[in-house]
Amino acid sequence: MLRRTFLTAIALALALGPASFAQTRTVVDSTGRSVEVPDAPQRVLAAGPPASVLLYALAPDKMIGWAREPTPAQKPFLAAPYRDLPTTGRLTGKGNTANIEMVLALKPDLILDVGSVDATYASLADRVQEQTGIPYVLVDGSFGRTPTTLREVGALLGVPETAEKQAVYAETAMSRLETRIAAIPESDRPRVYYGRGPDGLETGLAGSINMEVLDAVGATNVADAAGPGSLANVSVEQVLAWNPDIIIAADPAFRTAVARDPVWADVAAVREGRVYLAPDLPFGWFDTPPGINRVIGVDWLTSILYPGAAPVDLAASMRDFYRLFYHIELTDEQVATLLEGATAEP
Amino acid sequence: MSRAAFRAWVIPLALLAAVLLVSLVVGRYPVGPGDVLRIIAAKLGGEAADVPETAATVVWQVRLPRVAAGLLVGAALAGSGAVFQGLFRNPLVSPDILGVSAGASVGAVTGIFLSLPVVAIQGLAFAGGLGAVAIVAAVGTAARGRDPVLVLVLAGVAIGALLGACVSLVKVLADPYDQLPAITFWLLGSLASTTRGDVLSIVPAIVLGLVPMVLLRWRMNLLTLDDEEARALGVETTRLRLVLIAAATLLTAAAVSISGIVGWIGLLVPHVARSLAGPDFARLLPVALMLGGGYLVAVDTLARCLAATEVPLGILTAAIGAPFFLWLLIAARQAWR
Repeated sequence: MLRRTFLTAIALALALGPASFAQTRTVVDSTGRSVEVPDAPQRVLAAGPPASVLLYALAPDKMIGWAREPTPAQKPFLAAPYRDLPTTGRLTGKGNTANIEMVLALKPDLILDVGSVDATYASLADRVQEQTGIPYVLVDGSFGRTPTTLREVGALLGVPETAEKQAVYAETAMSRLETRIAAIPESDRPRVYYGRGPDGLETGLAGSINMEVLDAVGATNVADAAGPGSLANVSVEQVLAWNPDIIIAADPAFRTAVARDPVWADVAAVREGRVYLAPDLPFGWFDTPPGINRVIGVDWLTSILYPGAAPVDLAASMRDFYRLFYHIELTDEQVATLLEGATAEP
Repeated sequence: MSRAAFRAWVIPLALLAAVLLVSLVVGRYPVGPGDVLRIIAAKLGGEAADVPETAATVVWQVRLPRVAAGLLVGAALAGSGAVFQGLFRNPLVSPDILGVSAGASVGAVTGIFLSLPVVAIQGLAFAGGLGAVAIVAAVGTAARGRDPVLVLVLAGVAIGALLGACVSLVKVLADPYDQLPAITFWLLGSLASTTRGDVLSIVPAIVLGLVPMVLLRWRMNLLTLDDEEARALGVETTRLRLVLIAAATLLTAAAVSISGIVGWIGLLVPHVARSLAGPDFARLLPVALMLGGGYLVAVDTLARCLAATEVPLGILTAAIGAPFFLWLLIAARQAWR
C-alpha cells in the first residue's frame, strides 16, 4: 500500500516534469490560456493598477509591489505596511513601464493581470510569460462578473474565505440595488452625464469600460446617443442638448466650475443641484482604475440616483467595504472627506 | 478696383463672412437661424431676446466664444506662419520651428499632470511656449559668427526634441486612466471648452503681437533678402528679426494656450494667402489672417457638428489641409514664393 502510493507519486512527478517538485497545478485563465501556477503562490506581482487593487484586497501579504506608487493622498486609505511596498511599474499592455530585470530580481512566482482579455492582451501575456518564465494569469476584469473574478482569483491565490466575503459584499450591494430599481421603469431612470478632465468635457461613450458601473446600476448614460466607443471629447453645446438629470464629475475643479459657470446654469442637473463628485481615494469609485475598487460605487450611485423612502446607509457600507477590501477602519473624518461633494447636501 | 486688390481683399473677406455666418447658425443644440440672429442682436443691444433661455446661453456663451476663439487662433497661427516663412526664407517653415508648440505642450501636460485648474494649465502652456523660444533665441544670439538663421533653426530643432522628450516623460508618469487621456486630447487640439474668459484672456497677447507685424510690414520684405543685401539697405537685421520672432511667438503661444496643438494652419494658410496676394508682406499679412481665421472656424464647425463627440482639431486640420496642400503643389506652381 505504502509502496504503491510512493510509486504513484513518482509516476506523477515524472509525468508533470521537473517543475512539479514546486507543487504546481494547471489553471485556465479568462483568455483560455492554460497556465501552470504554483499551488500556493507566495510572491505575486500585479501587472497593472486594476490587478494591484485586486491583489491588495485579496492577499496583501503576497503582494510584492504596486504597479503605480500610492500617492500621499492615497496612503492614509491603505493599510501599513503594504502601502509602503516598492513600485514595480506596469507590465501589461503597450504602455509598459516595468523593468523586466527588476521584476525578475523581485522573484515573483506568479504574475496577475486583470482587465481586457482580447487577443492583444492574451498575446502580451504569453510574451511576458515566455520571456520571464513566470506564470502569467490574465483575468477578465469586467465589472458585471466581479463576484466571479473575486472567487476565481481567491482560489488561485489560496485565500478562498476572504474572496467569499468580498464576493458576498458585492452581491449584496447589487441585489440591494436591483430591489430598489425593480419598480422604476427604464424610462424613469435618471439620465447621467459623466464629465472627466479639468474642463469636464471628456466622457465615456456607450460600452466604454469607464461607464461600466453606471450601466450596472441601470442608469442611462446620455453619451450613449453618440454611439459606442471609449473616451471622447464632447462640446458644451452637446451636453446642453443632452440636458442630463445628473452630472458626475471626476475632477473637483469641474464640479466647482459647473456650479458657478452661467453656461451650465440651465442644465437640469445644475438647476436641481444634482452635480456629484466621484470619490477617488484610495481608488476611484466610478472608473479609475477599472478594477474592483468600483464595487463601492454601487451603493454610492444607488443613494444619489435613486434617493428613495429607505435610504442606503452609505457610511456603514463604506466602513464595511474599506475594512473588507482595503483592510482599514475608516475614521469619521475620512468618511466626511470621501463624501465631500459626493452626495446631496444634508 | 484692381484685379490684385480684388484677389487680396474681396475673396478672403467674402469667404470669412460666409464661414462665420454658417458657423454661428449650426451646432448640436438646435437653434433656428432666425433665433440666432435675434439673440445676437438682442444681446448686443443689451436687452433680453424673446427666445428660450437655454438657446440664448448656447448662442451667446457657447457658440459665439467658440467661433471667436477659432477666428483668433486661426488668424494668429496663420499670421505667425507667414512671418516665420518670410524670416527664414523657407516655405516649409511653420510657427513650431522655434519650439513654441513643444514648449506650450510641456507647460500644458505638466499642468494636467499636477491636476491644476484649466486657467493654470493655459497659463503654463503660454509661459512654456514663450520660454522655449526665449531659450532658442538666447542660443541664437550666443552663437555669433555663423549664419544666424541656420543657428536659430538648429537650436529650435534641438530644443524641440528636448521638450518632446519632457512631454513623453510626463505621459509615462501620468495616471493612465485619468490624466493620460486628458493629455492626449490636449495634444490633439480642441476648442470644445472655450469660454468667453478664454477668448478675452488671449486678446491682449494677440494685439501685442500683431502691432509690430503691422508696423514693420514693409521692412519684413527686406528680411527675405540676404542679410548682407539688407544691411546694405540700412536695415539692422538681427534686431528686426528678434522683434518679429518675439511678436510671432506671442501670437502662437497665446493661440495654442487655449486650443492645444493645432498643426498645419501655420504652414498651409500662408501658402494659400501668397497665391492670392503675392509675396508682398504688407498685402500678405491681412490675407493670411483672414484665411487662417476662416479656415479654423470652418474646421472647428466640422469638429463640433460631424458627430455627437468632438473630432480633435489636429486630426481635421491635417486630414483636410494635407490633401489640399498637395493639390496646391501640383496645380498652383506659378504662385510659388
